Amino acid sequence: MKKLLLGNEAIARGAWEAGVHVVASYPGTPSTEITENISKYDEIYSEWAPNEKVALEVSIGASVTGARAMSAMKHVGLNVAADPLYTASYTGVNGGLVIVVADDPGMHSSQNEQDSRYHALASHIPMLEPSDSQECLDFTKAAFDISEKFDTPVIIRTTTRIAHQRSLVELSDRQELPKKEYKKDIMKYVMMPGMAIKRHVIVDKRMNDLENNKEVSSLVNKIEYNDKTLGIITSGISYQYTKEVFPNASVLKIGLVNPMPTELIKEFAANVDKLLVIEELEPYMENFVKQIGILKAEGKKYFTNQGELNTVKIASAYYGTKPESAELSQDIQAPARPPVMCPGCPHRGVFYVLSNMKVRVSGDIGCYTLGAMAPYASVDTCVCMGASVSMAHGAQKGELATGSDIIPTVAIIGDSTFMHSGITGLVDIVYNKGTSTVIILDNSITGMTGHQQNPTTGYTIKMEEAPKIDLVKLCEALGIKRVRVEDPFDLPAFKQAVSEELSCDEPSVIISRRPCVLLKNVKYGKNPIINQDKCRKCGKCMKLGCPAIFKEDGKYLIDDAICAGCGLCVQMCPFGCIEKEI
Amino acid sequence: MVNLNILIVGVGGQGTLLASKFLGAVAALIGKDVKVSEVHGMSQRGGSVVTCVKIGDNIHSPLIDEGQADIILAFEQLEAVRWIKYLKKGGTVITNIQKINPMPVVFGQTTYPDKILDILADSDVTLHALDAFSLAVESGTSKAVNIVLLGVLSRTLPEIPENIWQDGLNAVIPAKLLDVNTRAFEKGRNYIEG
Repeated sequence: MKKLLLGNEAIARGAWEAGVHVVASYPGTPSTEITENISKYDEIYSEWAPNEKVALEVSIGASVTGARAMSAMKHVGLNVAADPLYTASYTGVNGGLVIVVADDPGMHSSQNEQDSRYHALASHIPMLEPSDSQECLDFTKAAFDISEKFDTPVIIRTTTRIAHQRSLVELSDRQELPKKEYKKDIMKYVMMPGMAIKRHVIVDKRMNDLENNKEVSSLVNKIEYNDKTLGIITSGISYQYTKEVFPNASVLKIGLVNPMPTELIKEFAANVDKLLVIEELEPYMENFVKQIGILKAEGKKYFTNQGELNTVKIASAYYGTKPESAELSQDIQAPARPPVMCPGCPHRGVFYVLSNMKVRVSGDIGCYTLGAMAPYASVDTCVCMGASVSMAHGAQKGELATGSDIIPTVAIIGDSTFMHSGITGLVDIVYNKGTSTVIILDNSITGMTGHQQNPTTGYTIKMEEAPKIDLVKLCEALGIKRVRVEDPFDLPAFKQAVSEELSCDEPSVIISRRPCVLLKNVKYGKNPIINQDKCRKCGKCMKLGCPAIFKEDGKYLIDDAICAGCGLCVQMCPFGCIEKEI
Repeated sequence: MVNLNILIVGVGGQGTLLASKFLGAVAALIGKDVKVSEVHGMSQRGGSVVTCVKIGDNIHSPLIDEGQADIILAFEQLEAVRWIKYLKKGGTVITNIQKINPMPVVFGQTTYPDKILDILADSDVTLHALDAFSLAVESGTSKAVNIVLLGVLSRTLPEIPENIWQDGLNAVIPAKLLDVNTRAFEKGRNYIEG
């Protein structure tokens, strides 16, 4: 029987069936479940690497020895891994090497909506784009074969709606491959100019060979001729939308988006009257089609490059139709429900203190980016992983260089994000004589992506015990003399610590240590209650921004159903009327 | 049953993912094509979440777009109306009457809309509104709101045999939680609207 698999589970299954040996990744929505599922297979060595660059280098290393290897990451993670990616294109592989990149059109959980197809184009690496879970599995297996046959890394690109949809999949057994032999070959694996110049020629030839390979093309590209007055070129999730909106049109579904199939496109275009290109984000395919001389193609003229497409957007852009929906007898304006820090979140104490102190906060990527939202409105900037540390340093240097007033600034960064790319920023602060204060939010887990282990937690991806990086010693070793560990739920002490470190004329690190409330071992006991006889209705408890505290009929109350029992609110009441049994 | 589009809406953390997984398993068990679209990541942190379950003979898009849902299964009443334009004309709304205040309401920037259930009852939709939270608590865990609501949903789909629902539960619920979830499902399935 077919099995209902998440796109990401199907990629993991495909890699397992293809006999993959090594998988190294860094978590990132919407790619995380690929490696989480890989870790359940005993035949595969898997790891969470500290960042995507390291992860890909691990996979390249494994591939060179003859193992089949894979790394999965989100779109912005591929930027981090771009350095090894572009040169691994030149070295090629020994064991098959596959990189999965998950784009996030619509930015469900991302800071931009870049289109990773351009990475494939620029690095001369083949890219496959599946359109459902079955193809996630099939294309992953095909990717390993293409990788070995054409001596190249292969990228599989998904988008959120492929990664996070479930559809039915036919499963097969794992294929155990004979181990490939490692041969020292400096012309292939040592990329100095003399060798790389020669490899570039091979790279170009390989891409040309692949484009003209009928066997590969027939496996992943397909033409569905139907009514020839309208032809549509599409790929990935857009194929599914196309089939719903234009059930009678002829369709060229492209599975290999780099190199694009020039001859197939020319043949298809010659057989249809009108030609549409339907793709999310940038006009990657449309530009290619026009570039090979097919000027009748239309795409972004109708369909936006912003956000996701869907059937309603496509139909209304092309036909001008509107959906027919149920209507309410009276309009209701539904207040927005933005994501919030969970009740019991250790970050809440940090942001309560920082927003009270009105310091500038150089932010980073994680649950704590939510510190930018009301009521804290505390975070000033958020660009990419690790940027909090280096941008805080840059802010200070910028103000010094322009003779501006120095605004007191702290950088905030999670434990996993610090391991990912915060360390180098801290090195820069020490080396270049900055005096910034960095707060490492150590909640003992990688939070936002759904609880992955990292080098500071003491466990591997398979939950085996592992050496634990000591953040205090690490920061001291980098040359930070002022390193202190504070509890973010001790509000006065935390405030005191931030205030002392900001007033110091040297760099400092505060490790804000308290585990994520969603971790299984975190138990806070009974929920506090607000003693209504004593409550003077000052409303100070609400300033914490805890979703469990609310006001109804003039009374301040704690929602027992969602309260985590952390008791941080007990400190907030100036009249001692929030009571918690210990 | 030709095609069935069920939109599951709620607040991050209420168990919408498990609900969609359960429905997906049921669809696979009756031999239908099925696609489920989920939400992971940031919006799970207490935000408004939506998942889509599409069942039929040949499903293409995993998404239910505006005007395409046959049923909205809402875990919270404000979420039922937030997504109402995704419902077909004359579609069905099954909603938990529980209210969870969004942060702008908690901070007093705006108020929780009044009379949501009355307005829904007056609209051109088939409405089933119930206190799924209390029924879940009665069955042994407040966390089974999702399963109670699926019990109610199961009643509106008589073409799916009762044993298939139990098989679906067995497929997605860990063994040690099966009893309490089976009780919760029965509470929903046997719930009589007052």
